[in-house]
Amino acid sequence: MALDALEAEFSDLAAAIAERLLPEEQFTLGLNAEQSQFVRFNHARVRQTGGIVDCQVGLTLMANQRTASWRFPLTGNWDTDWAIAADALADLRADLPHLPIDPYQVLPSGDATSRDVHHGCLLDPNAVVDAVLPEVDGLDFTGIYAGGRMLQAYADSVGQRHWFATDSFSLDYSLFTADGQAVKGTLAGSEWDAAAYAAKLADSKQQLERLALTPKPIPKGGYRVYLAPAALADIVAMFSWGGVSEASLQQGESALGALQRGDRTLSSQFTLRENFASGLVPRFNHLGEIAPMELTIIDQGKLVNTLVNSRTAKEYGKTANGANSAESLRSPEVCPGSLPAADVLTALETGLYLSNLHYLNWSDRPTGRITGMTRYACFWVEQGEIVAPIENLRFDESLYRCLGDNLIALTQQIEFIATVDTYERRRLGGMWVPGALVEDFTFTL
Amino acid sequence: MISDLQHLLSTLDLDADWIGLRAVRETAASCYVRDGLPEGNAKSLNQGVMVEVMAQGQIGYGAVNSFQPEQIRAAAKTAYQQAIVASRWGIYPATPAIRPKVVGQYASPFQKPLNALSPGEINELLVRLCKTLKVSEQIVQTLAVARHETVDSWFVSSNGSEVYQQLSLIETHYGAIAQDGPIVQQRSNNGHLAHCYQGGWELFLDDQLWSRAQHIGQQTVELLTAEECPTTRTTLVLAPDQMMLQIHESVGHPLELDRILGDERNYAGGSFVKPSDFGSLSYGSRLMNVTFNPAVPNEFASYRFDDTGAPASREYLIREGVLQRGLGSLESQARLGVPGVSCARASSWNRPPIDRMANLNLEPGEDSPAAIIADIEEGVYMEANRSWSIDDQRYKFQFGCEYAKRIENGKLTKTLRNPNYRGTTLDFWHRLSRIGNSETWEIYGTPYCGKGEPNQAIRVGHGSPVCAFEEVEVFGGG
Repeated sequence: MALDALEAEFSDLAAAIAERLLPEEQFTLGLNAEQSQFVRFNHARVRQTGGIVDCQVGLTLMANQRTASWRFPLTGNWDTDWAIAADALADLRADLPHLPIDPYQVLPSGDATSRDVHHGCLLDPNAVVDAVLPEVDGLDFTGIYAGGRMLQAYADSVGQRHWFATDSFSLDYSLFTADGQAVKGTLAGSEWDAAAYAAKLADSKQQLERLALTPKPIPKGGYRVYLAPAALADIVAMFSWGGVSEASLQQGESALGALQRGDRTLSSQFTLRENFASGLVPRFNHLGEIAPMELTIIDQGKLVNTLVNSRTAKEYGKTANGANSAESLRSPEVCPGSLPAADVLTALETGLYLSNLHYLNWSDRPTGRITGMTRYACFWVEQGEIVAPIENLRFDESLYRCLGDNLIALTQQIEFIATVDTYERRRLGGMWVPGALVEDFTFTL
Repeated sequence: MISDLQHLLSTLDLDADWIGLRAVRETAASCYVRDGLPEGNAKSLNQGVMVEVMAQGQIGYGAVNSFQPEQIRAAAKTAYQQAIVASRWGIYPATPAIRPKVVGQYASPFQKPLNALSPGEINELLVRLCKTLKVSEQIVQTLAVARHETVDSWFVSSNGSEVYQQLSLIETHYGAIAQDGPIVQQRSNNGHLAHCYQGGWELFLDDQLWSRAQHIGQQTVELLTAEECPTTRTTLVLAPDQMMLQIHESVGHPLELDRILGDERNYAGGSFVKPSDFGSLSYGSRLMNVTFNPAVPNEFASYRFDDTGAPASREYLIREGVLQRGLGSLESQARLGVPGVSCARASSWNRPPIDRMANLNLEPGEDSPAAIIADIEEGVYMEANRSWSIDDQRYKFQFGCEYAKRIENGKLTKTLRNPNYRGTTLDFWHRLSRIGNSETWEIYGTPYCGKGEPNQAIRVGHGSPVCAFEEVEVFGGG
């Protein structure tokens, strides 16, 4: 199946459904597709390799204040696909009258259309192994290359149409020492650049050398820490899970309830916004609405906006701002601070340099407390010098402390942390974040 | 379908050592009601074919969302090419011995079929559940969810395998959130989506449904004025709905052979368990008996054959506290040289099989629940998982629960809120001092066990009795 051929079929499908629509009906149609190459590595060898082609369409039918949806595959064969779509449409029509009335139903409206196609220069699927592995000969290299074309599209009964196609790849890897210490590296983009790969590896190898020392066990307690951008990104990602969603706040599920009520504060150094300027992810949502190019959510520690989709807006009398159905961050950016990257170790003085965190979860969501682990290239620092890698530690700390009074500084530079998730399908985009210097970060185990 | 796949297989002209075709069709429906109003009514069809080709000692795969022969042939070509280009770099030399010939069928048992209730009828039930949960104005959210899936899979291979399996799956959840100013508490039916089973509607529509929902609503409000869980070291008693998570994270994942082999080090992590530990490592107290059991009726991850066709059977992973074997496929067993089980599973047609947990159970002991509590002078009893986190080697964990009771002088007394505990895996399991009998044994599951590159979320089931652990670090919120 050629993914590019799906644009015409998706359009035909929307037209065919529109043609058969009854006067009281409305519909939305969403599409997610990928042609992906996955090569999994372990010990600088190939563990698994293959390619997948997938396309799923979601049809939502609305009538008489009731809503239901069907998701089915689109294969590029019109006869097969239309037969399934027509059955889905008939089934939705049969179910709708028996469903409860939905007072917060949002019908498609507006006249937004868009078409963004980003062509890249990716490795040929049969060339990935030879491009990646010779460079890591002799290293304990593990990870995954995921690359190919991705599509997202939208159509509805009022004529809105969106098409987003992009070529993208990510190489997410780790290099290990013999005793299990590791460095994490990620290369992502739309063009494979052998020189950039070599440079990234050189940087990783340099970090790996620092891990050769015997790991230092650190007793539990409070320590001054530097959270490198990837580590801070893990904390900011928690804002998408019971954080910045207006529905979560209204329904008692948000850790930011205390911030909204004024019970707790965040540092004036902390500013979080959605910024779609990079164009890595589509701006349209599940109703075809376009999100603003920029939306500040936390401005110098103050919650100035939440993510509000049209359904939540209708339920709680708010103004929608193009949020997705989950009201999660899609293109977040934490604004930089004043700490030069070169001064990080000096400013840390004595404490922990944390490159990455792992397996974060709310340990007490209403108070913003998060637990998780340190992982990869984490060091004990004394008087501005790296002394030794550490044995991994468990932290349990409130975001109101680490991004509040205990936030000493953010770095001047922000880094792009690519999203490498591949549950169900490859994900796009990532997060721009600085590093953070934090006082008295709590470690419990 | 089997004959179609066999015919297709016979027409593939590839210089391969072995070829397998696994076709999957998943039909699903879900209804989601919040505060008595519909949030979502969705159905889906997800289908496709995974082709695995073994050539020059390497397996490559190709998968497509279609049953059309020409598209499956294209996927087979992709799989073959991938095997060839990677064969020089393979991590081990694969042989057809890791894909044995099997012929057989399996179907989930059920009484009341999944199509016995219409979406309208399901919504009526969920709306009523929300109303039942809302026992007070302090309840700020009620929700109820019901999902069901039928998964048909067909597997044929060039060495003569023919397997058909049909899974009937039902997943339900309901719960409430209560708020009083800054105090927010949640309570649900044994934790988020813990009621995941193979079977039919008989597993949801039991006699206690409405009284249980009302009780959950009452407990949600009760938690608003409950004491914080104390910070102390004490005897910890865990209900089966929390033991599920404890077993999953601190027994299941560390015993996965692909983690020990290092395959997962870049994502899910490795394991503190070493290959030399099998047969000798004292994992926990002598009361600890853990089985991999794919044959428990109604448990969520039962099956007869894994996704490579290997026949699955009940095996002890830990017996009287000693580690016996790992959770690893024929492929991982060949690579590592330690015994495993038939657990090569894929989340769907578009992912290759890897080592997964399936049903992993803690076998019951001798103690009645009353006897366990009666012997405890001071302790904390916790129910229903709320928070979970463990390190990449599966050693340092911290878990939180929805609801707890103080144990004083052999009795359950005051309700406690925000109960949490933490520990390290081997130390914790050695603190297992009492284990409930079969009367206390309950089965739960989850569809969200995440692992693998590319990522795969898969269904697992866990059965456990009530258990007591000595001198565990517990603490509250805030």
